[in-house]
Amino acid sequence: MSLPNKNDEGITFDTFMEGVWRQNPVFVMVLGMCPVMAVTVSAINGISMGIATTFVLVSSCLLVSLIRHLVPKEVRIATYIVIIATFVTLVDYFIQALSLALYEALGAFIQLIVVNCIILGRAEAHASKNPPLKAVVNALGMGVGFTIGLFALGGVREILGAGKLFGVTLFGDQFQPWVVMVLPPGGFFVLGGWLLLFALFRGKPATEGGHTHG
Amino acid sequence: MSMELRTSPHLVSDRSVERIMKHVVLSLLPVCAFSVWQYGLSALALLLAVTATCLATERLFNRAADQPSTLGDWSATITGVLLALTLPPAFPLWMGAVAGFVAIAIGKVLFGGLGCNVFNPALIGRAFVQASFPAAITTWVPAFSAQRFTEFAPTTFTVPLMIPPDVADWVKQQAVDAFTGATPLARWKFENVTASAWDFLSGAVTASAGETSAILILAGGIYLAARKFMDWRITVAVLGSAALTAWLFQMVDPSHYPSPTFVLLSGGLMLGAVFMATDMATSPVTPLGVWIYGAVIGVVTVMIRYFGGLTEGVMYAILFANAMAPLIDKYTQPRVFGARQQGKKQ
Repeated sequence: MSLPNKNDEGITFDTFMEGVWRQNPVFVMVLGMCPVMAVTVSAINGISMGIATTFVLVSSCLLVSLIRHLVPKEVRIATYIVIIATFVTLVDYFIQALSLALYEALGAFIQLIVVNCIILGRAEAHASKNPPLKAVVNALGMGVGFTIGLFALGGVREILGAGKLFGVTLFGDQFQPWVVMVLPPGGFFVLGGWLLLFALFRGKPATEGGHTHG
Repeated sequence: MSMELRTSPHLVSDRSVERIMKHVVLSLLPVCAFSVWQYGLSALALLLAVTATCLATERLFNRAADQPSTLGDWSATITGVLLALTLPPAFPLWMGAVAGFVAIAIGKVLFGGLGCNVFNPALIGRAFVQASFPAAITTWVPAFSAQRFTEFAPTTFTVPLMIPPDVADWVKQQAVDAFTGATPLARWKFENVTASAWDFLSGAVTASAGETSAILILAGGIYLAARKFMDWRITVAVLGSAALTAWLFQMVDPSHYPSPTFVLLSGGLMLGAVFMATDMATSPVTPLGVWIYGAVIGVVTVMIRYFGGLTEGVMYAILFANAMAPLIDKYTQPRVFGARQQGKKQ
């Protein structure tokens, strides 16, 4: 661990905020779209999925960072997958023991955290090149950003699709549910809307090089 | 002083987008008038609300993009009017507003505005509310009820975001004979009862505002085609292929499948064939392409009606064909005069 690392610039606030804002996995990198689309029919599902992913992300990045000098370059991806799969199995059993209803709602998408590109992407791009603490802070930021993204989608879809938030009725029992919001197309509509809003907030022009008139 | 520079040809035609669109609006007015006469205040309120939402949405996005107003090209007006005509006359106004917003915002502006849209905006709006509010969009009220010019249907002014009230009691008070609350297509599909051509032509059927005036729609279409504001081949291809498909099915099993006349007059086929399939931005431009495009719409419509879960298929048929339009254009490019065909020796 005494080898000098040129990527080692110390932990700044941006190490954490990178995943929350500048490189948000859902709104900027648009990674891990399977769980984003599939489980966000309600806010609680979205947040649970986000927390599960965050746990796997942080633990995997910690371990990957600790063994980053021991793993031969040629087998690193396979090693990462084994590490990630181990933590996913932990989460899988944990959620099953904690709440069977939630386990059934999230379905195969808990196991599919293994192939979530955010985790492998962080392990490869960040944790394997940085010391453990920095890797953990960065992974935590990414996890928080992902959870915020899932909550943003799940919240809107639950409010419009069921008139509730976290299972609490918001508009009385006469609320007309927007059926499309709990269907797959609703996920695409809401994600598109959030991407548009995020692009506006970040002040980035929608098209590079200006508009074409005419 | 500003100078306008243009490349040749320097021919000036009087067929501008604004002019064509204005004439389309004009030819839709009789259809609107008939639906208001038929359904009264509710239909009028829906028409105004949906069109106003479409115009407001377009203006809002113009402003957000710092672009000059595009309301003057009349296309948002057409989208609004067409959308309102495809909705049930007693559709809650707030749902109509949702449809109008989605039609312009998602169906048109996000693609880059007029001419850049891939799908017919009005049908995008309708598809969205059909998927969102399946109950409200199949709630029908009787035509020619006695109090139609003095009171609104109870569903029209539903509080936004709330479930529209039940119309069954209100319909009973209207003293209309033989009102079943189902469209002719639904009655055919679930009860095997077909309506006669006269029922359709006189407007004595349950339907969306714009589905009951085949003659007025056709008259509007003929006017537009005669002024060369519309490609008549698309309309002919849609109606012809639908009639031909229906005729083939009737040949096979007359007891189960309805006559081509029923297929042509029922549902939104007439409105779709004349005013929606012919949308210039979303239909092919090649001479062969327009025939293929129209035929796809006609056949898919009949297939959805006969074998699909829905009673009406015009909307999805047109959206499907819209998606195919660029492909159709690509494979039906006419050979350039004097050019060698690809892959062929001279």
